[in-house]
Amino acid sequence: MTTGLLSRIAETLFWIGRYVERADDTARILDVHVHRMLEEPSGDEDAGCRALLAILGVPAAPGERIDIGTVLAGLAFADDGPSSIAGALQAARTGGRSVREVVSTEMWECLNVTWHELPDRRRAAGRLGPHMFLRYVRERAALFSGLADATMSRDEGWHFLVLGRSLERIDMTARLLSLRMPSASYAPDWSMLLRASGADESYIRTHGGTGDPAQVAAFLMLDRLFPRSVLHALTLAEDCLAALDPDPSRAGFTDAARRPIGRMRTRLEYTDTTLLLGQLPELLPALQRACVEASAAVTEKYFQYALPVAWAQEG
Amino acid sequence: MADLFDDYLPAAAWDEMFERAGVPRSAYGPVLAALQPLDKGELRFRADQLARVFTDRGVTFDYAGEERPFPLDLLPRVIDAAEWAVIDQGVRQRVRTLEAFLADVYGPAEIFRDGLVPWRLVCSSAHFHRQVAGLTPPNGVRAHVSGIDLIRDEDGRFRVLEDNVRTPSGVSYVMENRLAMTRTFPSLFAEQHVHPVDEYPARLLHALRAAAPAGVDDPVVAVLTPGVGNAAYFEHTLLARLMGVELVEGRDLLCAGNRVYIQTTQGRRPVHVIYRRIDDGYLDPLHFNAGSVIGCPGIVNAARAGNVTIANAVGNGVADDKLIYTYVPEMIRYYLGEEPVLANVESHRLESPDVVEWVLDRLGDLVLKPVDGSGGKGIVIGPHASDRDLAELRIKVEADPRAWIAQRPVALSTVPTLTENGPAPRHVDLRPFAVNDGEDVWVLPGGLTRVALPEGELVVNSSQGGGSKDTWVLAAERVREPQAPPIPMPRVTPDATVPEGGPAEGAQQQ
Repeated sequence: MTTGLLSRIAETLFWIGRYVERADDTARILDVHVHRMLEEPSGDEDAGCRALLAILGVPAAPGERIDIGTVLAGLAFADDGPSSIAGALQAARTGGRSVREVVSTEMWECLNVTWHELPDRRRAAGRLGPHMFLRYVRERAALFSGLADATMSRDEGWHFLVLGRSLERIDMTARLLSLRMPSASYAPDWSMLLRASGADESYIRTHGGTGDPAQVAAFLMLDRLFPRSVLHALTLAEDCLAALDPDPSRAGFTDAARRPIGRMRTRLEYTDTTLLLGQLPELLPALQRACVEASAAVTEKYFQYALPVAWAQEG
Repeated sequence: MADLFDDYLPAAAWDEMFERAGVPRSAYGPVLAALQPLDKGELRFRADQLARVFTDRGVTFDYAGEERPFPLDLLPRVIDAAEWAVIDQGVRQRVRTLEAFLADVYGPAEIFRDGLVPWRLVCSSAHFHRQVAGLTPPNGVRAHVSGIDLIRDEDGRFRVLEDNVRTPSGVSYVMENRLAMTRTFPSLFAEQHVHPVDEYPARLLHALRAAAPAGVDDPVVAVLTPGVGNAAYFEHTLLARLMGVELVEGRDLLCAGNRVYIQTTQGRRPVHVIYRRIDDGYLDPLHFNAGSVIGCPGIVNAARAGNVTIANAVGNGVADDKLIYTYVPEMIRYYLGEEPVLANVESHRLESPDVVEWVLDRLGDLVLKPVDGSGGKGIVIGPHASDRDLAELRIKVEADPRAWIAQRPVALSTVPTLTENGPAPRHVDLRPFAVNDGEDVWVLPGGLTRVALPEGELVVNSSQGGGSKDTWVLAAERVREPQAPPIPMPRVTPDATVPEGGPAEGAQQQ
């Protein structure tokens, strides 16, 4: 029997999915960059940090020099907004608190304990380096996904959670790749991008240890089997939307959320991999736009509640 | 051998564990036996474990905008079977009486015509709502859940301190406390049979379903919460989760055509019984506080049209008014023809100028309570109050005597409670919870024991720095469960092995 999920709860689950994924991805990206910068003190730290802050949506004040400490403060430890790891985890935990009765106790405890532990981990990071903190975040995100996977029924709630996670993954991977665009003032090498996506080992097993840029970009964008590739996330998001609304019309789709996602998915799927590098400057912003459009359409379609109340004549 | 309780000195009150220093009461024998081998360090360790369990599970209440843990004391409170039988009977009697009174207030009003209770007390109560006059709930129940606050006086007698038939909270802590105790201190439970408390959600759900509007065979039940900022939000989620019903906020609800719907991803879905944890004043902006954004406009009309049941009913506050409280023993005789099983605390109504004067002369020796307060707000305990507080109180009482009652200060009973310096006596009360399904009133064995953690403190409310204790009701004797037929077991056959495999380890080649 499908009775429908409370709209408010569906929205909260969608955002928990997004926030946990955001914390995870941000931790991966920071981990790789922080350590690269420590290894190469001669590199242009200021430009690198500015580029990082810019793609993750926390623009830095012009003028003053920015170092890795500033980046960590803004992207890892700040808790004043969901752009940072701590902020995203706090938002996920607040959300979890308001959907306690629909998620398993283990999932809630995972979010709650993670949030309670953050200050300690942050202090430990001050002593032992940021890796301790970032690895903790990745582990907790993995634990959350695993618990969701093991304890949640594959009902609407699950689809909203996974949809949120997939859209965030697409968005974050697009942001990460845009660090390599020709216009960027600072360009990390390709192996760093692989590591920041957790894709280095899988890539090497697939294509060998030679980092051919076109092949790396194709792996991160188009690989059908690697679960953090953009194409994989698009497919998963589309599956979730299809499960939420099978939309059996004979021609076309009425689901406004499915259109931008499906369009991007087919576009990527049939892209000529040899031309991919040249198309990135156009593809990446298009991907981010598709995520925004899909997110807005999902909100419009499923998350309608708390509307202004008025007297109305019915029947 | 040094004993954990060697330094324990009972206070000037009924101590529930010790008759006098060193002589324990029989109900506590097994608990003491389990505790005595432990030293203070070990107890401290377990107490920290317990606190950790609560933080991780998010067992908190919100006070003044922040989430706080509700400290659980490691030492349980034990009530033996005979004592509990009296409480059980007394609470049920009390709830049946309050139900009869509410039906009377919003119905025929006979008790007022018979001159037992003055009508002016009802119509001057802030919680009397004419909006629901004549609205009879489908199965007649108005107090689906009640919490009757009891204290134990200097002679060990349980007395009723106040009745709560609006939206009493605290039952979640009863369940969480038991869970945490059995996890961190299983050895305490070994030697005796303690009544379990996990039956509550099923009982509540049954009562809520039984209250559904006529003609609804499979009612949809929802718990209505003010939201995550509410003090008891944790409890609302727990009850919804354990009953398997939706937890909704006002913004999730919509009234159309005198019916109430919840808004889902698949459109509207009707709801029939709403266990609301929102005060009357905020429940329906059409009838009450028009500025409320947490309520559901139209819900009272839907209830009047008989399409939805609001539990607990609107307007119940008139029965737990503290002036009405002073009439409850009379009501028990009037409605049930029985003698009260549990006595009130001796109280004075400030109705005649003589009594007001008498009370004003003794403010320092009495407890003064606002009649419509809850949560310990506004109570002034004369012997503990400063001269300035008493002077302020005098002005307030002179201005509006209807707003106050005076009570004898009772030295609440004490139970040993773990402090920095080991066990020490702390004052406790007890809130048993009763669920009324229309056929019978069921009382959850035990209830919430709240303990005032500062030494000598008599106000036990969580908002005033209180904690709680796991509350055990001992079974008269080990209950013999009817033996279920044994589950047939498959015969073990030789091939019932656990499968294993994988390639053999590579041969060592040199």
